[in-house]
Amino acid sequence: MITGAEAIVRSLEHEGVEIIFGYPGATVCPLYDRLSKSNIKHILVRHEQHAGHAASGYARIKHKPGVCMTTSGPGATNLITALGTAYMDSIPLVAITGQVNTELLGRDVFQEVDITGSVAPFTKYSYLVKNAADIPRIIKEAFHIASTGRPGPVLIDVPVNVQNHKLEFSMPTEVNLRGYKPTIKGHVGQIKRVCKAINNASKPLLCVGGGIFNANGQDKLRQFAETVNIPIVSTMMGIGAVPTDHPLYLGMLGIHGKTVANQAISDADLLIIIGARVSDRAVLLPARVGKQTVIVHIDIDPAEIGKNLSTLIPVVGDAREILNQIMDMQPDKKSDEWTSLLNYKKSKIKPDYQPREFGINPKAFVKLLTEKLPDDHIYCADVGQNQIWSAANCQIKTGRFLTSGGLGTMGYSIPAAIGAKLAKPEKTVVAVCGDGAFQMNMMELATICQNNVEIKIVIMKNNKLGLVKEIQKNSYNNNEVAVDLTGSPDIPTIAKAYGIPSRTIDNMDEVEGAINEMLNHKGKFLVECVVDENESSI
Amino acid sequence: MKHTISVLVENKAGVLSRISGLFARRGFNIDSLAVGPTEDKNISRITLLVEGDDYIAEQVTKQLNKQIDVIKVKKLNQQEITRRELVLVKVKMTAAQRGEIIDIVKIMQGQIVDLSHTTMTVEMCDRPDKIDILIELLSQYNIIEVARTGTIALQKGPESVSV
Repeated sequence: MITGAEAIVRSLEHEGVEIIFGYPGATVCPLYDRLSKSNIKHILVRHEQHAGHAASGYARIKHKPGVCMTTSGPGATNLITALGTAYMDSIPLVAITGQVNTELLGRDVFQEVDITGSVAPFTKYSYLVKNAADIPRIIKEAFHIASTGRPGPVLIDVPVNVQNHKLEFSMPTEVNLRGYKPTIKGHVGQIKRVCKAINNASKPLLCVGGGIFNANGQDKLRQFAETVNIPIVSTMMGIGAVPTDHPLYLGMLGIHGKTVANQAISDADLLIIIGARVSDRAVLLPARVGKQTVIVHIDIDPAEIGKNLSTLIPVVGDAREILNQIMDMQPDKKSDEWTSLLNYKKSKIKPDYQPREFGINPKAFVKLLTEKLPDDHIYCADVGQNQIWSAANCQIKTGRFLTSGGLGTMGYSIPAAIGAKLAKPEKTVVAVCGDGAFQMNMMELATICQNNVEIKIVIMKNNKLGLVKEIQKNSYNNNEVAVDLTGSPDIPTIAKAYGIPSRTIDNMDEVEGAINEMLNHKGKFLVECVVDENESSI
Repeated sequence: MKHTISVLVENKAGVLSRISGLFARRGFNIDSLAVGPTEDKNISRITLLVEGDDYIAEQVTKQLNKQIDVIKVKKLNQQEITRRELVLVKVKMTAAQRGEIIDIVKIMQGQIVDLSHTTMTVEMCDRPDKIDILIELLSQYNIIEVARTGTIALQKGPESVSV
């Protein structure tokens, strides 16, 4: 017989967990006690929300569920934003929270919250463990649910007394959930219809989202697009699905996207959406798509198909699998007419990389930074103007672009970068954020130092909440309210306090030198870019 | 337009709360919801009456299917189902009114299940529209309280929504 706490640790080991991001408290003490005797590494974050974001960054790079752990009550509620962020972006997480004694449940005792109830809208599933004997099965199921189908966060709430209860440990070998059988292979009839639509189209277009990464289908997508000669646009979550310098890639679409990408959406006669939700913000598709456009929607979640855009040919299944199936049917190769036209339009766009009178041109900085970074670098963009500068100008080749796309959670970049770096320590990982977001996550500099996580940090400093300021300028008669960050600390001094070397630049002449210094420096490094507060997003 | 949706779910704690939460959060209008165990004690059947167009009905079905604890979902054809509701109506009456009420109950094929000097409780199990008529007829007296279940429904003939 072993304790519930030990059963949790053993089950996590069975699932191949190597790292847990967490923050302890009274109701997870039995679990931490056992965890210390395991080979699983625990990363102590400085705020529970960041345990979730770090697990998210880890999951996206490691391609398996990230695990985070907090105590009951405020520990658990602090995790909610991270769960919501992961839920919106379909990132597999397993969150373990402590809970008060089972006999005290429902009595509003110290640090009790109904966390399974609270997270229902933000989790794929959740468990409240009342019987220690269920632990191995629940953990097995949780990893299965989190990582299969459309991935997402699963929460397991474990009362402290259950962690101390004894059980006969036996790990189930398989999961059997009769209400959960995700479709992987696409329906053959639908695949045929897709091929026919491709053959009939003269202006086909692919629109890819984050689903392509969950399916590990980047190589297939590229092969498909090249074989059939179809241009590609991506959502923000889909950036990097094909290399951003690929001749068939037009850029990100939507209100902050590239004109040529949006133009292509309007002009296409066939739009194949793969692993994207067609949400309002990044896409604005329903309004843009031509009335005559044939729409194919490929998604693993049937509930996403037809939710925001009526679809002519729905295909439910795994993106990689379905691309394979379509390729097997050998659709016709399209002529160069349409792609050349789009490429011509693309070449006409001259991005604004000019130096500024004051400060750094953030767009030029992002472009130069990502060109100098190794091809397989991981770029973690935060939320705000910096996200748009990053998304529109970064060059992603074989690496990844990680950001909070669906929820737009400020403060995501640094903890996500920590998780990503720990997932693949050999990769160069850079977190780019604004000075607003930085002040939401700068306590994680301690996590970076404590665990020697060698990430690079770039802060675009304009002393404003730039994106909100821009909205206020454009839609609220320039009435700037609550967007001034006066009172913020001196960032290099903060970095110094943590022992992190840094450099501040406010002139384009210094950019190359600063990037070189950051990348050549072995270990963590911070660059502060001074940016004019009137710099626009696009 | 009303849709009747039959849902088989795992009979365990929290399932109903997840499902009702889903409706609230996504703004689906639920007219009635009836839940009870099936022939298999591990499975419950939820019968839903949803108000909305075909898009809403499709969204409700898809979102329900997405729930891990939902085993099966089927939108039933309105014309091809047997549906029932149960109602209890307590009416305040005078001795002179008693006979009239008994007549109504008899015609409507209800039953009198409780009687006191001043009140009578009527039970009826029938189609929702017939129950509406009963309540309408009794409303000319003094209805004290009404307890009414949600609609339950099964398909006519051999077809079934089962595991």
